[in-house]
Amino acid sequence: MAPETPAIGSDKVKRGLAEMLKGGVIMDVINAEQAKLAEDAGACAVMSLERVPADIRAQGGIARMADPARTEEIIAAVSIPVMAKSRIGHFVEAQILESLGVDYIDESEVLTPVDRHHIDKHSFTVPFVCGAKDLGEALRRIGEGAAMIRTKGEPGTGDVVEAVRHIRKLNSQVAWLTTLDANEIMNAAKELAAPHDLVQLVASTGTLPVVNFAAGGISTPADAALMMQLGCDGIFVGSGVFKGDNPEQRAAAIVEATTFYEDAERIGKVSRNLGEAMVGINMDELPVSQLMQNRGS
Amino acid sequence: MTVGVLALQGDFREHAAMLESIGCNTIEVRTSEDLDTVDALVIPGGESTTIGMLATRYGLMDAMRSRCIDGMPIFGTCAGMIVLAGATSDGNQPQLGVLDALVRRNAFGRQIDSFEATIDVRGLASPMTAVFIRAPWIEKVGADVEVLASVMDSYGGSHPVVVQQGHILATSFHPELTSDTRLHEMFVALISDR
Repeated sequence: MAPETPAIGSDKVKRGLAEMLKGGVIMDVINAEQAKLAEDAGACAVMSLERVPADIRAQGGIARMADPARTEEIIAAVSIPVMAKSRIGHFVEAQILESLGVDYIDESEVLTPVDRHHIDKHSFTVPFVCGAKDLGEALRRIGEGAAMIRTKGEPGTGDVVEAVRHIRKLNSQVAWLTTLDANEIMNAAKELAAPHDLVQLVASTGTLPVVNFAAGGISTPADAALMMQLGCDGIFVGSGVFKGDNPEQRAAAIVEATTFYEDAERIGKVSRNLGEAMVGINMDELPVSQLMQNRGS
Repeated sequence: MTVGVLALQGDFREHAAMLESIGCNTIEVRTSEDLDTVDALVIPGGESTTIGMLATRYGLMDAMRSRCIDGMPIFGTCAGMIVLAGATSDGNQPQLGVLDALVRRNAFGRQIDSFEATIDVRGLASPMTAVFIRAPWIEKVGADVEVLASVMDSYGGSHPVVVQQGHILATSFHPELTSDTRLHEMFVALISDR
């Protein structure tokens, strides 16, 4: 029989793709060759972008959506879903990415924001993922239509400390909400600066209504497993793969550590002889003005 | 009776929760040793390329195939259906080849074409909501495969989306993303029948 009026772009369908990515690793790639390498290593999706965060940091300038020709090549090269980054607030970059057929858009602080307002993501058929440092930020993005959340971390540093801080903050705020009684919900919404209906939902379910991945500074198999044990649903690796030694082996090791995140022996085994991880920048040495996580809030 | 859920990648927790809600014991299966302890297996939604590749790399592909040939009931949804099938119409990837069917990956299109629809499934008293995400459909089935539900494409062609071949059940869509447990109950009945 014919489906009765198929509903495309529903919340269920948008959030559903993120459900399918869980337990997996999504890797930043800048061309078809890297995309193929990521797919062969076991990535469950790839993220198309102009430059990886470590290069954006090193080279400076305005970071924009990738050349559509590169994104099209990446789409043609792999069978796994292709995500692509747009600048915060740049709804025309997002319109272009949707027209290219990308499967998810990351409205990302890694690129240079163009507006203090984020994109109205409800008006798109393609789903969006957005970064968050805490629960209020996550619920604001979900209120705007984000169908998936990730920690912001501090991209391009190779230092996982900020991603850890963001997931711990979010977890503790979710736990706090579940202790409130009905009289306290509105004030909590005010404190979090988050939509009341979403605050109420999280208070009653004890979890975000969308999938939540880790991102920002993950560069070793142990980093990935750490974020999984802290309760993330999956892993984004940005600069961590292609800025370290042995990208193929490192990528496969991060994938294995994400699947077997509670098996220390196995994580230890895949961590052997990977060579140097990305050189990295210690968070303490990074001036506040250079923090990407403070873009958008 | 213990039902394993292949937990390499994908929405394995949703399957486990749904099975638990209808009274099954479940475990997550990541190794062939895990597989040895289960009476039946669910291959969840996820990325079929990734699940097939990781299952091969971690030594589960042959183990799953031989258990299935020995009669272990298997239920595959979306990516799980692709992994169970004999071939895909668009490229090679590791498959178990236990379900006599040719599948087309992403048959309905990319994510912007993903949809929800209400469909009739043979054996169920009322229609069910089906969530199709970058979903496959079946192009051709062998003689032993029973088609329980089909959908029409925009050109009027009919494509199977729920099939059963003896102790193997497969869907193109994701019952585990809804609260409708009827297909999981149908699967559990297959285990009890053995």
